[in-house]
Amino acid sequence: MRHTISVLVENKFGVLSRISGLFSGRGYNIESLSVGETIDPQVSVMTIVTIGDDWIIEQITKQLNKLIDVIKVVDMTELDHVEREMVMIKVAPRQEDKAEVLRIAEIFRGRVVDSSQKTYTIEITGDEKKIAAIVELLKPMGIKEFVRTGKIAISREGIKRP
Amino acid sequence: MKISGAEIFIESLKKEGVKYIFGYPGGVVLNIFDFLHDEKDLQLILTRHEQGAVHAADGFARATGKAGVALVTSGPGATNTVTGIATASMDSIPLVVFSGQVPTLLIGNDAFQEADIVGITRPCTKYNYLVKDVKDLAAIIKEAFYIATTGRPGPVLIDLPKDVTSAKADFVWPDTVEMRTYKPTYEGNRYMINQAAHMIAKAKKPVIIAGGGVISSGASKELKELAEHTDIPVTMTLMGLGAFPGSHKLSLGMPGMHGTYYANKAIQDSDLLVAVGMRFDDRVTGKISAFAPNAKIVHVDIDPTSIRKNVRVDVPIVGDVKKVLQTMNKVLKEEVKEQWGEVRKAWLKQINAWKTERPMSYEKDTDIIKPQYVIEKIHELTRGDAIIATEVGQNQMWTAQFYKFDKPRTLLTSGGLGTMGYGFPAAIGAQFAFPNKLVIDVAGDGSIQMNIQELATAVINKLPVKVAILNNRFLGMVRQWQELFYQERYAHTKLEETIPDFVKIAEAYGAVGLRATKSSEVEPVLKEAFSIRKTVFMDFVIDWKEKVYPMVPAGAAIDEMLFREETKKSEKKLKAVK
Repeated sequence: MRHTISVLVENKFGVLSRISGLFSGRGYNIESLSVGETIDPQVSVMTIVTIGDDWIIEQITKQLNKLIDVIKVVDMTELDHVEREMVMIKVAPRQEDKAEVLRIAEIFRGRVVDSSQKTYTIEITGDEKKIAAIVELLKPMGIKEFVRTGKIAISREGIKRP
Repeated sequence: MKISGAEIFIESLKKEGVKYIFGYPGGVVLNIFDFLHDEKDLQLILTRHEQGAVHAADGFARATGKAGVALVTSGPGATNTVTGIATASMDSIPLVVFSGQVPTLLIGNDAFQEADIVGITRPCTKYNYLVKDVKDLAAIIKEAFYIATTGRPGPVLIDLPKDVTSAKADFVWPDTVEMRTYKPTYEGNRYMINQAAHMIAKAKKPVIIAGGGVISSGASKELKELAEHTDIPVTMTLMGLGAFPGSHKLSLGMPGMHGTYYANKAIQDSDLLVAVGMRFDDRVTGKISAFAPNAKIVHVDIDPTSIRKNVRVDVPIVGDVKKVLQTMNKVLKEEVKEQWGEVRKAWLKQINAWKTERPMSYEKDTDIIKPQYVIEKIHELTRGDAIIATEVGQNQMWTAQFYKFDKPRTLLTSGGLGTMGYGFPAAIGAQFAFPNKLVIDVAGDGSIQMNIQELATAVINKLPVKVAILNNRFLGMVRQWQELFYQERYAHTKLEETIPDFVKIAEAYGAVGLRATKSSEVEPVLKEAFSIRKTVFMDFVIDWKEKVYPMVPAGAAIDEMLFREETKKSEKKLKAVK
């Protein structure tokens, strides 16, 4: 099963390689990984999306916790949480498809952040399904470039699962 | 007053109570070596290879329980430590390894003798550091010793750029280490301990498996108390040998691939396994899905990742073995009401039946030297009062099987990584810690050649280390596999023609060389060696055909063992068919 794991780490050089080395060394998958500073500049948060059965996920969280630079590990999948990812898609549509591209962008609440004579670059934020859906729609229009941030996740307040 | 990084290094090690640094000089550590030159309280022991330095520090650490310290130069000096560091990492041995590094400004430039040793050792250290500012040095050293020796111990590496050792700063030694991210759990969960105690009291066929964690936490007394109070037989993994007395009536010896028949039978038949300070290595479990099929498992370990990594666990207890066992013993004595006397009698009777059915044995011979005989004689002559190091392979397994380790920290062996060439330098390190103890390395003719240059270190320091080479002219353990599973195709395991004369090698280095070629010569050679206060190589020319039995073939359950007698019969049958 797919899990989104949030890891608070000391913001030191080499930490990313300790984490990625743990995954590669033990043969765990990383589907996506995003890193950024928190409000406290000495602390970074990494959001890792990984796949594994319960045994593997338990080992992954334990192994992460064991790393000296790791402050806290939360398996978001166990909690109510919000996940988002941002993608930027550069589309090079034929003349007759241009309007359709803009319409799709609008439906998905995307923004056009750059345009040229031949291309539009659309910025979209959303969860996995939403992004998969817009990619599906834009594909026939001719996607020239595609970048994504990797997922980030945050827990919801107030609702506690039993 | 400001002092240089090199002096801070020395002062810090003194604060940590370090007496010996095992090391090798080189360009970028010259600042430190220059200060060590006049140092009286802190002695640098020059090994003849950086790998030897790290193994020596490791042997020192295993024999004493304190962190071992090594110091090497950058580049090749640093990369040569990797095998030693990985060895210590797999066996949870506290080490602090210092490597020189090219000056900060040159890092990343492919400078002469530059290697990214922090990157290289990241997966095989518990933690590592690159010191960028001399002001951080003292605190980093303090923290490194703290990390290496607490929780589940392990090696820590500190990379010291040359300019950091020459730059100056005030020497400020922190009193304590406070890390928000590193807080090992020592106290076991009381509820879980209670539950485990009640399961122990109710169990009909319980077995304790003790590992290296019992030794590193100093819990031998508590383990003995638990076993004796509850009448539970104890089997010790390779790393756990000595954690519980091997000559005790409740001892089952070692389990697993080359374990005793009765240890493996007991595990497979048991209804409760109490695993303390061990990690269910594949050499212990054999085929996981067939391991201890009827047993509930209580697992005590300080490292949460060890629990539920390989086997299912019914009662996980994260904590220091000593503390957990203290509490468990208290609960068992004060709160548990069950009487287990009668049920245990039946179980111990069954175990004794297995012990009688297939005791640890070998074919005695009055002429040709059997390796097991050499080990038995070493045990007999030392009365078990010696520190035994081993290399890796058949020599290691025969030592584990036939030397009864009664005390912790008396066996130094590379269990996890299985590093050939470990034993001799480790014995040297242990001899520094205990100059008056008898320290013996049991070696093979293959392994001893992997760090044979350390003869120089032993001789120059007048160390009375004894090396018993079980010389079968083969890389014996690999040959054993080839014989059993690869149709006797001995690909590159026959050393015959190229075996050097170990007596002459010893003599060339200024050590004593002795040789025994007949069974009757074993005891005189050992006695002579033990009576000389010098480094001695003993070349025991043994029966090359001898194999380590019992043996669980790879991928089999641990009660599917091969025995000497049966294997011989099937060999004959095979030949008859041919």
